[in-house]
Amino acid sequence: MSQKNNLVKKLEAVNEYEREPIPKGKLKSWKSFVGTYAGEHTAGTEFVLGPLFVAHGASAVDIVTGLLIGNILAVLSWAFFTGKAATKTRLTLYYQLEKIAGSRFTMIYNLVNAVAFCFLAGSMITVAATAVGIPFDMAMPALNDTLPTSLGFVLTVFGVGAITTVIAMFGFNQVVKFANIAAPWMIMIFIAAAVTVLPRLGINSIGDFWPVAKETIWSGVPLEGNTKFTFWHVMFFAWFCNMAMHIGMADMSILRYAKKWTAGFATSTGVFLGHYVAWIASGILYSLFLLESDNSLTFAPGPIAYEAVGIAGAICVIIAGWTTANPTLYRAGLAIQSINPKWKTWKVTLFVGMITTIAACFPALMMKLLDFVALYGLVLMPLGAVVFIDIFLLPKMGLRSNYAEINKSSFNPAVGITWLVTLVFCVGLNFYGDIEIFFLGLPGWFVAVVVYLISSKLVQKNSKSAVTPAPESSSQKTVSIS
Amino acid sequence: MNNLIKLISFLALALTIVPSFLVFSGVINADLCKTLMFIGTVVWFITAPKWMNRETEEA
Repeated sequence: MSQKNNLVKKLEAVNEYEREPIPKGKLKSWKSFVGTYAGEHTAGTEFVLGPLFVAHGASAVDIVTGLLIGNILAVLSWAFFTGKAATKTRLTLYYQLEKIAGSRFTMIYNLVNAVAFCFLAGSMITVAATAVGIPFDMAMPALNDTLPTSLGFVLTVFGVGAITTVIAMFGFNQVVKFANIAAPWMIMIFIAAAVTVLPRLGINSIGDFWPVAKETIWSGVPLEGNTKFTFWHVMFFAWFCNMAMHIGMADMSILRYAKKWTAGFATSTGVFLGHYVAWIASGILYSLFLLESDNSLTFAPGPIAYEAVGIAGAICVIIAGWTTANPTLYRAGLAIQSINPKWKTWKVTLFVGMITTIAACFPALMMKLLDFVALYGLVLMPLGAVVFIDIFLLPKMGLRSNYAEINKSSFNPAVGITWLVTLVFCVGLNFYGDIEIFFLGLPGWFVAVVVYLISSKLVQKNSKSAVTPAPESSSQKTVSIS
Repeated sequence: MNNLIKLISFLALALTIVPSFLVFSGVINADLCKTLMFIGTVVWFITAPKWMNRETEEA
């Protein structure tokens, strides 16, 4: 009984500073973020996204150059957008957005965000389940499966989901500890798995690699039913696959713990190991699978890794899924909790974990990961532009930051207009301009900036707060340690 | 003691990747590689928690 009370006390003592700036004593050095990001981006998604480039017929040259440039742009976005905003306000995206857009708007945004995070975490639980199910001879899902494939699959997913949820319930520190330990080992397994299978692809010396890479692995010919990927697809996908996190500002929740904004550069460990080395490694593994299975439709990262390097490979898929699902569940919990701050973090995370686990039972979540990641980043991007402009540009233009907080308004129409107009613009480009979803984020961001500036000027023109000059509000003062 | 545990951790980490290059070179077979990688994995997860997070907390 006393043990149970201790556990509840421990859970209730988890304070993630959801509605206050992070105190100086709680700030973390850049080392914490190296582990977190390396763990998060060398992850279960890599077992799915790496093979995508093979399936879509990207060439070897496009892979090497497109991933390099796209990943550099992603790191710069994390540092100069998310890092700068997070260390200036020390607030979660959700609370910052509430100050700008109002509680009613933020509630809608948080719900959209939480659903997206649940789906992402759910797909990672599915990935991990494909490895956990190996000893039970579980029927693996295929590329075209959408519904649960068997009772064994559902039970496996529930087991993985329960453990993931319990870890996430104990808060950010537990996630950091877990990711720190797993990250270096995980990247070793990714590399080892790819190197081990090279002879089976006909690569017996370093000199053999490039010709086979060009002709067999990334042949430049898409699989049947898939569109052809070019350099631009690869580059923009590498840049925008985490758009919700960097330009969309979701990682303010993580980087607000950073002593300096430059901690944003710590993301380079994650993107270059995970979105470069691991994508190439998983592409090699998938290419071999296609070659040896005569283009089978079965798509299960667990058995592919197990076949390459045995039990260590299967454990890698499980842990890779966990290290992505854990921080994603944590973010989803924060998003839901900001709707009612009185809710305990651990109870919210438990609820979110249950929903996520149910969603993970549907293989469609994993099979459609590419489309989902692109859509999710695009939907959240306009609010990231709003937050960035509100913090850094509005005060310089004589306009008020945190309009909703200052005016005690529950809905800032400028933000609503910006979100709506930007999404309509992007959908229009997609439908009528035939521009693929991967390319919409860049023009969309500029549209969001322009619309927010104009609409803020119009909204604040008639507002009382615009009468006085606009100094930095107390809540916006920098609290970074230099 | 801490340095010894660290050394064991790094050796375990090496054991997860070096065998794959030995397979590539034709020195060992894939089955031995899988066994060595599994041993490296177990030793890593036993030893790394004893020093990794402590260093992060002190930083």
